[in-house]
Amino acid sequence: MEKRVTFRGWWLPLLLIAPQVIISAVFFFYPAAQAIWQSLFIPDPFGLSSQFVGLGNFEFLISDKFYRTSFLTTAIFSLLVTVCSMIPALFLAVIADRLIKGSGVYRTMLIWPYAVAPAVAGVLWLFMFNTRVGVVSWYLGQLGYDWNHVLNGSEAMGLVVVASAWGRISYNFLFFFAALQSVPRSVIEAAAIDGAHFWRRFFGIVLPLITPTAFFLLVVNVVYAFFETFGVIHTITAGGPQQSTTILVYKVFSDGFVGQDLGSSSAQSVILLLVVGLLTVIQFKYVEKRVHY
Amino acid sequence: MKKYLLGAIAGSTILSPIAAMAQTEVQFWHAFTGRLGELVAAQVEEFNASQSDYVVVQSHKGNYSETLNAGIAAFRAEEQPHILMVFEVGTATMMAAEGAVRPVYEVMGESGATFDSDAYIGAVKGYYTTTDGNMLSLPFNSSTPVLWVNRDAFEAAGVDPDMDLSTWENVGEALEALKAGGEECPLVTAWQSWIHLENFSAYHDVPFASKDNGFAGLDTELMLNGPAQIAHLTAMQDWAQDGKFIYTGRRNEGGANFRAGECALFTESSAGYAGISSEAEFDFDVRPLPYWAAVTDEPQNTIIGGASLWVMAGHSDEEYKGVGEFLAFLSSSDVQASWHQNTGYLPITAEAGDATRDAGFYDENPGTDIAVIQMTANEPTANSKGLRLGSFDQIRGIIDEELEAIWSGDKTPQEAMDSAKERGDALLRRFEQANG
Repeated sequence: MEKRVTFRGWWLPLLLIAPQVIISAVFFFYPAAQAIWQSLFIPDPFGLSSQFVGLGNFEFLISDKFYRTSFLTTAIFSLLVTVCSMIPALFLAVIADRLIKGSGVYRTMLIWPYAVAPAVAGVLWLFMFNTRVGVVSWYLGQLGYDWNHVLNGSEAMGLVVVASAWGRISYNFLFFFAALQSVPRSVIEAAAIDGAHFWRRFFGIVLPLITPTAFFLLVVNVVYAFFETFGVIHTITAGGPQQSTTILVYKVFSDGFVGQDLGSSSAQSVILLLVVGLLTVIQFKYVEKRVHY
Repeated sequence: MKKYLLGAIAGSTILSPIAAMAQTEVQFWHAFTGRLGELVAAQVEEFNASQSDYVVVQSHKGNYSETLNAGIAAFRAEEQPHILMVFEVGTATMMAAEGAVRPVYEVMGESGATFDSDAYIGAVKGYYTTTDGNMLSLPFNSSTPVLWVNRDAFEAAGVDPDMDLSTWENVGEALEALKAGGEECPLVTAWQSWIHLENFSAYHDVPFASKDNGFAGLDTELMLNGPAQIAHLTAMQDWAQDGKFIYTGRRNEGGANFRAGECALFTESSAGYAGISSEAEFDFDVRPLPYWAAVTDEPQNTIIGGASLWVMAGHSDEEYKGVGEFLAFLSSSDVQASWHQNTGYLPITAEAGDATRDAGFYDENPGTDIAVIQMTANEPTANSKGLRLGSFDQIRGIIDEELEAIWSGDKTPQEAMDSAKERGDALLRRFEQANG
């Protein structure tokens, strides 16, 4: 049964939700409204003049086949980042959960990468895979594999995915670990007495019980891949080679802050907003049905 | 509230040195770090020490793109500096922003500082001058691409390092011989679009864009898919496929390979001199940028890269006088000559070049005058005065992408350059719309 608390009058409830509403208004609704407003204009960089073009910025984008390709690139990138950051995190959490001694040290060390800023993570990975001085590319060369993400689009994609996912593994690990700890031991022990081996217990009992956490992580990781990864891409590939790592948010950044085309950049952020909104709705409508709270 | 206000006023008074009260402050934002940053700081200090009416405050605002962005953002917030360093690629953006900048010739005229626009080298000045001869910004650091030769690598591969490398035909033969002699990295480049398309076009006197490369109007279109450019890129593509030309990235990543002695030939800015001369543990040569004998009997001039100083609008007359004095100081022969000798950037006045020659610098450091000669050998034509294209930072990005498609063999040079033209023209039309 749900418990409901009823307030008398309006003032107290309004006061209680005010901080949340104010923060959302200042940091979300106002900038979003600005972006929508600016997407209808072509301004000059200095803000000296601007022309109303209606949906002209959107038409310009839709007619650009590279922009359309960027949707596919983003889909592939986000899927890979989400998978590569969630599955290893779950695996590590399961192992950590079984540890009896030293789990504190293990946990702390796994959390460290999360403290590294995306752009810095990008530079670290770039050093390791640098085609000339990189440690990893040198070993690959010894094995007879010629690593060259400067010209090979798939290798570039792989590199930005790994660099983006790496720091997130820590974040996901924390949540998975906490979720695993909250799974009641009695259920697992009962299953063990019935003769269910480890993986049977994991897939039959543990995984269903942690689906709320997994679902939450799915949503935040997709949002992360969509919005927060441009630092990594900027430092590693700048969207290249050709356009193989130009995801939507990187294009927003480069058109706005490198190209000074604020009209197009605003229009792109509006489109991005719609895409992520739609994606979240889909996730809540369909994926959440399979979640057991 | 009142208390805070008083506190703020008291605080700001304490923070500003008393001496600054009498002096007019001039803000100067630039993009230099490291050795170049130190040299800029030294110039500013020297100016401040030389007189007592003005004090120039220099600050570093990130790389070229970031500095331009900082200037634009500051202008929108009405906090713009007096002097902003803008790279050559941002020239069209600044020129179109008529209400945001003050032309240098006007500022200099009003300030009464010594200023003679004829003293500046034509090929340098031309980039920043209107078609009717008015100088809009002050050239600051300008360089031009040259060919760097690793003599040791030539000898190791059994190729004569003194061979004639003035034409690409000869370079092609050298690459063949180097490859046959076991050299794994015969040729590497920096700034591929700047060197192999923009400068290539000027050097062979073919247009890079219509309307005099954009000088004559915003309704310009790219013409980088002409037969001369395609012929060059076809040769480069063959070299890339044969492992004779190694692609390392869009910026100057190849410099690390060359300075470490891994590559035999390197097309890079003349300003690479500082880095190469200090790091290279091999004998190197500077040669003029090669040209195709099949395209032209004699090369035109190359064009510049680098940055110029723009004066921003919205300050007082007194402050503009200070700006004028500082810019005149920067253009003076002594300051320019030492800047040229320390950095490998071109001298911006003919006088500074002569002073450097008279001091025997070119004799002691052979090859350092090649860039100057290459720039000034011929009077610039409409194709070799420079480029003035809007959204050019983005267009270079497009060109980089298409060139990568050529090097990897995904596209033929013609396909790639046709596509670059189509995509670049779309951005030029947008720029025209925003600034027309």
